[in-house]
Amino acid sequence: MAVNDSLAALSDSAFTLSIVTYSVGVVGFAGEYAFGRRGRIARTSSEQTVGAAGGDTVTTTSVGSSTGQRLGVFGLACTVLGAALQLASLVLRGIAAGRVPWGNMFEFASGVVLVTVLSFLWLVWHAPRLRHLGVFVLIPVVFVLVYAGLTLYAEAAPLVAALRSYWLVIHVAAAIAATGVFLLSFVVTVLYLVRQRYERGVLEDGAMPRPVAALGPRLPAAAELDRLAYRTVAFAFPIWTFAVIAGAIWAEAAWGRFWGWDPKETWALIAWLVYACYLHARATAGWKGVKAARINLLGFFAMTFNFLIVNMVISGLHSYSGLT
Amino acid sequence: MTETIQRLSTAPEPVGPLRRSAGPLVVVRRWWRLLTSMRTALVLLFLLAVAAVPGSLLPQRSLNQSKVSQYYAEHPDLAPVLDRLSLFDVFSSPWFAAIYLLLFISLIGCVLPRTRMHVRAMRQPPPPVPSRLDRLPQSASFEHDLSPSAVADAATAALRSGRWRVVRRQSGTRGETVELSAEKGYLREIGNLAFHSALVALLFGLAFGKLSGYEGSILVEEGAGFCNSFQQYDTYRNGPLAGAGDLTPLCADLERFSVEYEDNLIPARFLADISYTRELGGPVSAYPLAVNSPLRTDGVRLYLTGHGFSPRFTITYPDGESFTDISAPFIPEEQSTLASTGAVKLPDRPGGAAEEQLAIEGFFVPTAADLGDSRLVSVDPRPLNPAVAIVVYQGSIGLDSGAPQNVFRLDQRQIDRGVLERVGAGNLLVGQSLGLPDGTEIRFEGYKQWAALQLSHDPGQLTVLVASVVMLLGLLCSLVVRRRRVWLRCRPEHPGVDGATSSRTVVDVGGLARVDAGGFSSEFAALVGQFSGKRSGRD
Repeated sequence: MAVNDSLAALSDSAFTLSIVTYSVGVVGFAGEYAFGRRGRIARTSSEQTVGAAGGDTVTTTSVGSSTGQRLGVFGLACTVLGAALQLASLVLRGIAAGRVPWGNMFEFASGVVLVTVLSFLWLVWHAPRLRHLGVFVLIPVVFVLVYAGLTLYAEAAPLVAALRSYWLVIHVAAAIAATGVFLLSFVVTVLYLVRQRYERGVLEDGAMPRPVAALGPRLPAAAELDRLAYRTVAFAFPIWTFAVIAGAIWAEAAWGRFWGWDPKETWALIAWLVYACYLHARATAGWKGVKAARINLLGFFAMTFNFLIVNMVISGLHSYSGLT
Repeated sequence: MTETIQRLSTAPEPVGPLRRSAGPLVVVRRWWRLLTSMRTALVLLFLLAVAAVPGSLLPQRSLNQSKVSQYYAEHPDLAPVLDRLSLFDVFSSPWFAAIYLLLFISLIGCVLPRTRMHVRAMRQPPPPVPSRLDRLPQSASFEHDLSPSAVADAATAALRSGRWRVVRRQSGTRGETVELSAEKGYLREIGNLAFHSALVALLFGLAFGKLSGYEGSILVEEGAGFCNSFQQYDTYRNGPLAGAGDLTPLCADLERFSVEYEDNLIPARFLADISYTRELGGPVSAYPLAVNSPLRTDGVRLYLTGHGFSPRFTITYPDGESFTDISAPFIPEEQSTLASTGAVKLPDRPGGAAEEQLAIEGFFVPTAADLGDSRLVSVDPRPLNPAVAIVVYQGSIGLDSGAPQNVFRLDQRQIDRGVLERVGAGNLLVGQSLGLPDGTEIRFEGYKQWAALQLSHDPGQLTVLVASVVMLLGLLCSLVVRRRRVWLRCRPEHPGVDGATSSRTVVDVGGLARVDAGGFSSEFAALVGQFSGKRSGRD
């Protein structure tokens, strides 16, 4: 099956354009953040109180400035456009190579952040007040895409024989979906830790690091972020479980055993165990809150390690990076 | 309030403070409770994740023995220490087993009492209506034209159609107040318990498969075959419960092997056409064995795991005696061009001296490029212009010495000792010959393809698969389903008036769901709408 070069080139252009669009979106969201704060100083914004731990209240400001709001909507529009471009890039690549567009690390990374962006958009659809968090979602997205474009890029090419199985469609799609949502959970958890530190600082009336003081006031309440981080993991965890099971079923057909402690399998299990730890920790007295949040971060560290280090440094059966 | 919340969960009670003086039974009980506490499970879970890390970073014997040897060569001081800590066999090491066995004991110790409690909870009717419904996280109040019992009837019907468990109680001096307690979401805990029980089943399936399963690998040339017995395999591994007599009778022949390539020479499809039979002289079936498409028959699976070339030679001795079809599998050094190395060890000639054995060490390329010098380079994995570079030795190969030999290489010690002497070398295209000083001729005839086949038997596989599916379903239930309760108190607006039919009814509704139960407030609002007749209009 020959690769359609013009479609592949078009796909690459769409990919580059999506990075540009997301970057413009970052500027928009950052502007919303900045103008929102100015609005707070001018006391033009309405204030709402949010219950925090121990019955104390922490004041948070909602977006009040209309300039900020407009910038936020602009940022959101850029996000939607960027996602559309990225989707187009993946679809074109799939058509060009005559296969599903998740056959190497470049396509995997692109798919992962697309899932992250789409789940963020879904979140904003249901809770528009979370829109201004877009800046924190888009910055890692742009970072991953630039990294993927520079380091992981692989030409659109047909798959090697070992990957020609319908299990590729199922197993890798599930892995991409789970990783994308885990990435969103990671972002939310970092925000939770910042906000948590901020709330503690406010309650104790003590000093706090400058970034915390700068970012903290406009973030949603820590309890809400914590809940969001949990729900995203609770959503992604069964998908990840399914991805691992589907991988085992495929391995049984391709490699003669369903589990063989290949480094990729091992790290998939490690990540699974860490996220299982997180889900349990959130229900265990003494582990809730910051400790559980750190386990969540660790879980995503395991996912990243599994993707980057295991594919590129450790040799194993999953050496399909497309890198030479 | 707090009591109600706690009773929604069947989690075991936290471990109490340890008392100092206690009998042995109390000590055992205490350790048991410590082991089965969530906190211990959490630590064990985390330990298991950490313990798996070295297994992915250090070479493992189960994956690649030669990499372990290489590690030994590179770190001669460190390797024995690591080996003593089982770090080259992490996943079969005692300490790894200790962690997961403790974890599973802890898990069983947690699941059993929770199952008992949940069965009890499912038998018990939903608890009575709390006195202050307005203090619950969700509460509402409305008035209705119908009598309390009619309102309660309608509400019961609405709840039952939503598959709530409903219990009706009456209170007040003459029973004029009707109270409903409803509960839903038992599936959450059932799913949770199913998930954890399935994990245990999965471990048993895994262990059973390892104990009674076996696996053998063999290289088979086109036209040759093998039967399922340990003696025939190049390498095999069997569990302690799998004896030689338990092997499923199966014989398979490799009829033809072929590879299809894409334009850029990446392999698109490997195909081994095999014929097999399950009993000697029985019916022969054909199967196109391919990657991702193993042959499954009678509980055994046959896989295609690799391929390569066997160069073919004809040897003609000075006395005119010739041996045709002498070949040996060569191992690909480079997957992209399939340049391969190997050795051909010729058998004794009838009547020939043991010191006159011939051996060929060679380098095979499927498509030779003409570089002008004497070096052979492969430029294509397809056999378009096969060539071989050979070095011929004569003397004692050392096969009868009893020491095990690598079939793909000559024994270097024999060469060093001088008992195996180099007598010729050359590059040959198909049809070309190399003459030795004693007049012997070695003619390169071409090649045969070989396929690496693996036969596996794992009787625990189905258990593991079923357990995984139950695990996933249980996980979904335990994460999606919410356990929640709704209470209604329907009392007459003017209690004490006889014949309350004319009186209106005041309805108080309260709802409670576990923490993290998003969406319960909207569900509650919808229920209240139904009760008050705003949406269903039932009366």
